[in-house]
Amino acid sequence: MTIHEPLTEQPASTTGPGAEAGGGLNIRGLHKILGGRTIIDNLDLAVNEGELVSLLGPSGCGKTTTLRMIAGFLEPDSGSIEVEGQEVSHLGAENRPSAMVFQNYALWPHMTVARNIGFPLKLRKMSKVEIKDRVEAVLELVSLLHHKDSKPARISGGEQQRVALARALVQEPKLLLLDEPLSNLDAKLRVKVREDIRKIQQELGITTVIVTHDQEEAMSMSDRIAVMNAGRIEQYSTPAALYARPETEFVATFIGSMNRVEGSLNNGLITAGPDILGIRPEDVILHDVPFDGAIPATVERVVPRGHFQEVYLHRPDARLRSFVTGEFMEPGQQTFAEIRKAMTFRDGRLVAEAGAAR
Amino acid sequence: MVTTTSRTRPAAGAGRPLSPGSIVQSALVALFVVFMVVFILGPLLWLGVRAFAGTWTFPNLLPDDWTLRWWQVVISDHALGVAVQNSLFFAPLTVLVSAIICLPAAYAFARFDFPGRRFFLISLFATNAFPKMGLFVTLAALFYALNLMNSVLGILVVHVLGTVVFMTWIPAAAFSAVPRNLEEAARDAGASKLRVFASVTLPMALPGIIVAAVMSFLASFDEAQGTYLVGAPDFMTMPTQMYSLVLNYPTQVAAVFSILLAIPSVALMLAAHKHILGGQLAEGFQIK
Repeated sequence: MTIHEPLTEQPASTTGPGAEAGGGLNIRGLHKILGGRTIIDNLDLAVNEGELVSLLGPSGCGKTTTLRMIAGFLEPDSGSIEVEGQEVSHLGAENRPSAMVFQNYALWPHMTVARNIGFPLKLRKMSKVEIKDRVEAVLELVSLLHHKDSKPARISGGEQQRVALARALVQEPKLLLLDEPLSNLDAKLRVKVREDIRKIQQELGITTVIVTHDQEEAMSMSDRIAVMNAGRIEQYSTPAALYARPETEFVATFIGSMNRVEGSLNNGLITAGPDILGIRPEDVILHDVPFDGAIPATVERVVPRGHFQEVYLHRPDARLRSFVTGEFMEPGQQTFAEIRKAMTFRDGRLVAEAGAAR
Repeated sequence: MVTTTSRTRPAAGAGRPLSPGSIVQSALVALFVVFMVVFILGPLLWLGVRAFAGTWTFPNLLPDDWTLRWWQVVISDHALGVAVQNSLFFAPLTVLVSAIICLPAAYAFARFDFPGRRFFLISLFATNAFPKMGLFVTLAALFYALNLMNSVLGILVVHVLGTVVFMTWIPAAAFSAVPRNLEEAARDAGASKLRVFASVTLPMALPGIIVAAVMSFLASFDEAQGTYLVGAPDFMTMPTQMYSLVLNYPTQVAAVFSILLAIPSVALMLAAHKHILGGQLAEGFQIK
């Protein structure tokens, strides 16, 4: 059993490596009140150069507002936004070194794919030949060269998404912003496109901020994830750390699945107490025979989830969910459930991790 | 037509013989079509024949003899020629002036929220809410004071007044239908506000603006009461000339003149129709 010191008050890690580096994106003390409601509450965020960071959170947590302030569509009430060391918060969207991919792509329907992508270059007064070369190069990157003369309405949603990405990339921005880039695509395509985006992002080494409400998307693409709640960053760490060691109860419930039980864990048994226990379903291990630390339990409900089953258990001390692979369980079946690992939260914050190290 | 309507009704059942209800329904549809043909195409047909008729005595279905004489009368008549010229001068000018005044207003109504926005939008209907003649009489009193009677400017004011509603409401709807994030995307790409308007907002709102322009052109082209009051007898346009034609010439001349009056309208409608149906409105492009 390991006991950690209670964590400090400030959940957002303000001193990321990017804070000193000067590269990437650096946000300090960002504050925004809209309609009398605090949308963004003194937010700090540092993104290293070439890093891909996701802003992840439920709807209304302020992630899109933050992105729109970075892009320049919304003016913060206070705070600073630096891109590669340059303060941009006083600049309009048209003068910022960032490029954005919109949720519904925002392609101009009256222009062809090539003209959509060429428009930012035309504004930069490039020669026609150079525009053509660059547009074709970026279309090749997103493998859409054959669609360069199509109107956006004539191509599929996934292709429109890539055109929107190409239109952002062709500007060679210092900062790439993506607002829910995959939410309008079907499940299969989403997996492919997110891999494409990640690959291109790493090839070009471009600093990227993605807004998403989909934890799977954030986990699979990001170098780091900032989990947002009520205008604040709850936790800012790597996907693995976020899952393994959530600093707050909110993060623990938002990322992955969790059994939330009131009480504390003593020798594998949950006893009444003021704290909240967070137990990942995969840390509830089922045994067919009595086992050290396992407590008899009854299977109440089984939900097949494809390559695993979600089993609802009734233990004398608590109701728990467990993820089980292998043999199919039956409701009413007797089993022995062992809690291998649990996190203890007090006042919403992680105070202890308990579990057998195996 | 008949079978499809009956099939869409679940009670009728597919492939069954026609029920009495659907027979009544189709009879009503047929009656409506005949009614429309008689009352819309009928007068037009009569007008077309009339314009080429010499004498046309009562029981005969067709004129007794055919002639192009009335066309010659119209074309060679100096007063009528001037009326055509005047109409072709005032209508495009009205559209232009109306666009310059109303389009910025339309954009403001669509994109900015200012105090009294709804009040102003609704009050544009005021010019259409009162009987036109009453409005023009008050206008005339004002025009006498301002020395605008019998002037180009006076007529222009009357014509523009009649187009304000179209030129503001329709483009305002078109502007507000342009998704904001398409404009934001252009700004993000580095376009100034003016450039965003020119490259994204205006092209996307253009079909609506064209509709408004066509309607304004026709409204100006057909405006008779106000023009007569303010402009006659110095400035006669085609519709005001119609009044005197009906009284002073044989009916055939009025028929010829009506056809001439209809030509620009029909041509404009066809052109606009083709353009609008060929534009983005027909693309079925779905953007929020």
